[in-house]
Amino acid sequence: MIMMKIGLDVGSTTLKCVVLDEKDKLIFHSYERHFSQIREKTVVLLNEIMNKFPDKKEASLSISGSAGMGLAEKHGVPFIQEVYATRLAVMREVEGTDVVIELGGEDAKILFLSNGLEVRMNGSCAGGTGAFIDQMATLMGISLTEMNDFSKSHEKQYTIASRCGVFAKSDIQPLLNQGASKSDMSASIFQAVVNQTIGGLAQGRPIRGKVVYLGGPLTFFSQLRETFNSTLGVNGICPENSLYFVAMGAALSDIETPINLEQLVHKLDTITAKKTYGGLKKLFKDEEEYMIFKSRHEREQVTYSDPLTYKGDAYLGIDAGSTTIKAVIMDEEDRILHSIYRSNQGNPVPLIKDFIMDFYKKYPDIRIKTSAVTGYGEELLKNAFSLDFGVVETIAHYTAAKKYKPDVDFIIDIGGQDIKCFKIRDGVIDSIFLNEACSSGCGSFLQTFAEALGYGIGEFANLGIYSKDPVDLGSRCTVFMNSSVKQAQKDGASIADISAGLSISVIKNALYKVIRASSARDLGENIVVQGGTFYNDTVLKAFEDELDRKVIRPNISGLMGAFGAAIYAKDKGNDNSSLLGMDELEMFDHQVKVVMCGLCENNCSLTVNSFGDNRKYIGGNRCDRPVKNRNIEEQYDIYDEKLRFLKEYKSIKGRRGSIGIPMALNMYEMLPFWHTVFTLLDFEVIRSPFTSRELFIRGQHTIPSDTICFPAKLVHGHIEYLIDRGVDTIFYPCLTYNIDEKMGDNHFNCPVVAYYPEVIAANIERLDETNFVFDYMGLQNKKVLSKKLHEIFKKTNKDIKLSEVRFAVDRGIKEYKSYIKKIQSKGEEFIQIARENGKRIIVLAGRPYHVDPETNHGISKLITEYGVVVISEDSIGNLASKTPVDVLNQWTYHSRLYSVADYVGNQDDMELVQLVSFGCGLDAITTDEIKAILEEKGKIYTQLKIDEITNLGAVRIRIRSLLSAIEQKDKEGKGYGHKS
Amino acid sequence: MGIRVNRVEFTKEMKKEYTILCPDMTPIHFALLEKVFRNFGYNMTILKNTGTSVVDQGLKNVHNDTCYPALLVIGQMIDALNSGEYDTERVALLITQTGGGCRASNYIHLLRKALINAGYEHVPVISLNAGGMEKNSGFRVSFPMLKQSMATLIYGDLLMLLNNQVRPYEKNIGDSLKNLNYWVDRLGEEFQSGKIIRQNKMKSLMKEIVLSFDTIPREDRQKVKVGVVGEIYVKFSSLGNNQLEEFLHKENCEVMVPGLMGFIMYTVENGVIDQQLYGGKFWKSFIMERINRYLGNLENIMIEAIQKNSEFTAPSPFKHLKTLVKDVIGLGCKMGEGWLLPAEMMELISKGYENIVVTQPFGCLPNHIVGKGVLANIKAIDPGANIVPIDYDPGATRVNQENRIKLMLSVAREKMEDVKGTASHIVEESIKDLSKDSLPINMI
Repeated sequence: MIMMKIGLDVGSTTLKCVVLDEKDKLIFHSYERHFSQIREKTVVLLNEIMNKFPDKKEASLSISGSAGMGLAEKHGVPFIQEVYATRLAVMREVEGTDVVIELGGEDAKILFLSNGLEVRMNGSCAGGTGAFIDQMATLMGISLTEMNDFSKSHEKQYTIASRCGVFAKSDIQPLLNQGASKSDMSASIFQAVVNQTIGGLAQGRPIRGKVVYLGGPLTFFSQLRETFNSTLGVNGICPENSLYFVAMGAALSDIETPINLEQLVHKLDTITAKKTYGGLKKLFKDEEEYMIFKSRHEREQVTYSDPLTYKGDAYLGIDAGSTTIKAVIMDEEDRILHSIYRSNQGNPVPLIKDFIMDFYKKYPDIRIKTSAVTGYGEELLKNAFSLDFGVVETIAHYTAAKKYKPDVDFIIDIGGQDIKCFKIRDGVIDSIFLNEACSSGCGSFLQTFAEALGYGIGEFANLGIYSKDPVDLGSRCTVFMNSSVKQAQKDGASIADISAGLSISVIKNALYKVIRASSARDLGENIVVQGGTFYNDTVLKAFEDELDRKVIRPNISGLMGAFGAAIYAKDKGNDNSSLLGMDELEMFDHQVKVVMCGLCENNCSLTVNSFGDNRKYIGGNRCDRPVKNRNIEEQYDIYDEKLRFLKEYKSIKGRRGSIGIPMALNMYEMLPFWHTVFTLLDFEVIRSPFTSRELFIRGQHTIPSDTICFPAKLVHGHIEYLIDRGVDTIFYPCLTYNIDEKMGDNHFNCPVVAYYPEVIAANIERLDETNFVFDYMGLQNKKVLSKKLHEIFKKTNKDIKLSEVRFAVDRGIKEYKSYIKKIQSKGEEFIQIARENGKRIIVLAGRPYHVDPETNHGISKLITEYGVVVISEDSIGNLASKTPVDVLNQWTYHSRLYSVADYVGNQDDMELVQLVSFGCGLDAITTDEIKAILEEKGKIYTQLKIDEITNLGAVRIRIRSLLSAIEQKDKEGKGYGHKS
Repeated sequence: MGIRVNRVEFTKEMKKEYTILCPDMTPIHFALLEKVFRNFGYNMTILKNTGTSVVDQGLKNVHNDTCYPALLVIGQMIDALNSGEYDTERVALLITQTGGGCRASNYIHLLRKALINAGYEHVPVISLNAGGMEKNSGFRVSFPMLKQSMATLIYGDLLMLLNNQVRPYEKNIGDSLKNLNYWVDRLGEEFQSGKIIRQNKMKSLMKEIVLSFDTIPREDRQKVKVGVVGEIYVKFSSLGNNQLEEFLHKENCEVMVPGLMGFIMYTVENGVIDQQLYGGKFWKSFIMERINRYLGNLENIMIEAIQKNSEFTAPSPFKHLKTLVKDVIGLGCKMGEGWLLPAEMMELISKGYENIVVTQPFGCLPNHIVGKGVLANIKAIDPGANIVPIDYDPGATRVNQENRIKLMLSVAREKMEDVKGTASHIVEESIKDLSKDSLPINMI
């Protein structure tokens, strides 16, 4: 039957529709945001179509798109999977297409049409692309059009994590705060999207030939297309109607059953979505309960004072958060004279300038006696305005909370980007919890969500108060939440239910993921909540409900950091404030320049902020070298020493050809062994260099699992390097077992370390160019190993004798042992130096491969800047011994951690900081255990999560918090001060 | 929060009066296993509680970065303890412990920590393992009990396999499930006596089972054939995989899920392979070999029962499975599902189940290698393989999972249509067609 064909494409954010006539000609199309009102918008749309084509009573109709599945199921309309629909349309519309790249609100797809059809769609992790760009634009306070325009005039690009939106966000925020330009940022964001798409979906398959770009982001952003073109080296096209390919495919999918449109509209109109999900407990029973709740919280007040009548000194406190800027000016009695709380729009400097100038102008009689700043933008603002003090955030918040509630024992602060919690025992900050780069779904998340659904944040949150069935949205990361919301909408949840559900998710995320608490007793008696997010009554009530405990929310909960900074400034006192005066502010000028540092292999890109009169602030650095001129003090960093030791294993020409060893994962520890074995066997051993960003990018396109840990992803680049070097053989064996150090009950490697060579063999096609040896072997039995090696290398080098191999293996093991010993004596030396000079020691404990500079991002250097001696877990392996633990202790690298934690627990002048690679499954187990070991001995546990790019701002806060907490403990005589 | 643990032993006295709770994985196998345990004096109950509170308890009490199966299994146990259905002073928990290099071998420790968290410090936890890892005076798997347990696996595998092959085609909806339930009950009774593990008894029972399924009236329809492999828990447990089998059934597919016996034989076989690769004690490997010879016998009885008495697709013997992965992955890869997972995929493909769902917990370590990492090798061997890995997680939504599976199914259906269309043509031509554009769509 020939008839009119309608195709509907219901994406995560937009509704697209096409109508084709009998000859498949496009006669109608529409594109709009549906703000999650899919059913309503569909009705409007269908009515419009009926009006336009009054003589057509029937039409074929198919629905496509992830958010359309529910609608299709409910009303018996055929559903076509969207990637499949795209393919149908492309084959008809654009002849000779080789590859299709389609980006949607949340999905990314690549279709390879020629030479073996393949269809790829992003996994459940890699998150949204269109939604991601939206979020980034919001973050910078610019429109989408502006973003595209800005990007045209960029001068340079920053590296931004391409793994997922949340990661990228935590990279972008500090860059913005350091003053990076919006043009450069926009271009970098587009590049990140491109890298993510290619890295996540191409998986080794080259994209070339005729490339077609489809979907919203690629249609609207010319610069995004440009970035794809230049990265891929192609000249892709964005065909007419590029937004409608899915809808067209749906219309074209040969559906023979006509649907009576009027009846369908009637059905859609009358049947409201029935709730099919199990709702959570209501936040508020009724209006009355809400009122009681409200009035209880209104009691917590900080008082204000009238600046017009006040005479005397004042104190300025600033909290430069990641998305917001907060400032307080208070009087001698800690009453607030003036305050500001607003989005920083990517640059807090002009906002603070206006704030201070405004105060000077209006109240010329009040003198600002001292000033302090805290938060991400601390350094920038301190330099810009010559503020008197900088104070670490934890201390600022505690200072403020104490003012409120002297016996406070737990503080939780949920800000725009991060969650900070601290436990206070006997007046000392005892444990610190900060959210990891992954789960930063906090305030800014709620906000972007509200906006995506067409609401202001306040309005959106208020809706949740009256939700009858809050929907359960899970507690993992924001990207997952996006799709959880999609699911909820499909199940018929209202906006109110989603709002309440999101608030509950934020709380669950904070409690179970960040704090890892299971009940209120884990937190404390007197809990103070802070941060802008707690302004929302729904979030606050969700928190109280989840804990089953009443908490205190100060009326200035969003200003607490700034308030604390002001009190801090007052307590410190200063008769000669360096704060810029009126005249200086009038002359104030702020220029930003970006330069490459180049003082070490990190190659940080620095943003140099200059403020008129020779004052400068440099951001983006990982160490103090570009800031100070030279190292003033000798620094003791065993990570540096370990790299130096490894570099000593140099290539020596051999007559049996060359063997390449990738410097990745366990090779960071096994190099001395294999290097010795093969050098003795007269091979030239060529190791790949320590990782650089370029090296990683080089291998990125062959990574098959986008959620695997970063150290594993690096292997790909190293293998590419070795292939390029033209080595005869690449040697990277599978090692189920590690060396038995008698510290655990078994001596496994983790599955990734053990079997990654299999992944390499399966996914890097270029390995055909060389001889890749990835056999299974073990070091536990020298005889068996020698035999195995002999068998393998006999194939390429017939003259190799078993006796030779045996000798080499023997010597290799000796070399390995002496290498370990070398690290240990270095450790001893450092400990001694530290003790002689009264320095604190931090054991930066991770895995051997964490010494790779691209993996640890210079964290060890950053720590030494605070005058601390850094040693590693393996450098004190000889001092520690097997310790009883409550988990299965069967992985060599992890056993070391337990033993070392136990050892550190007994050393007064040592602290342990654990480096954890994001996505490390085993560290989900070790972290809890190490924490238990340390806390049993009264130590503070600190964990640093690292990934492709690490937000060093967060690392700094952690390290500073740790150090200031220890200092405080020492001062109050409650801790374990260094015994001299 | 950091917690220290004291292990509570399951004593002889407890055996008499305690109820032992065990998480569910495959309803058929575990129902039979429950019977065996009861016959040997253990008052075992398989947990059937599901719903959001299970996940909630898991999230609350287990590190959120831990794998999803741990979260569910532990969540299910704590939810059961909270439910009020059991006297928490007289209840013990049973959990399997594999002891390999995968973090799954840590479940029992995570469970103990979670119990303390949830206020059930006093509840004893029994480890069910083959390596003698933890001992309890009140719990001992005797030799006859072990043999019977192994038999439940093979019966369970057979029932699952037949039901999967009959149900999509049955003329009267419900026939197959009815028959399945009949057999679960009947075998439960048969397990009262030790005879059920004798070879002759097995042969006759299995024959009877096969015939009973074969006589169910079926339609001659062509359906998309989908294989399911994956991490052992989410592969089998409907709680773990969002009712995957039901979903596929509704989507009009025939589902093939490789059995549980293969996994047991794989773990045993690794003892043999280890000795070959790294040396070590020969007697250990010798024992392992003997065990697998015994299990291989059971497997053969099942395969023969199917092949002799019906046209149903029988699984390949384990020995054959091992040879299938020669060009895909090394046999040394033994953590988690290790080489078995790709082997099962190869086996499915060889039996006509080219469309495969790989179920895996989000961020599962071994699955990075065996579930995603080596897919390229499988596709190099069979370009027609249509494989979709699906992540399961408390935050992963059904919409996204089903959308991806639907994509795989669209491709599969198109392929089926094409095969139907070209059936009348000359075979050679259709093969040429396949390699062109219409057929082999692979997706990640």
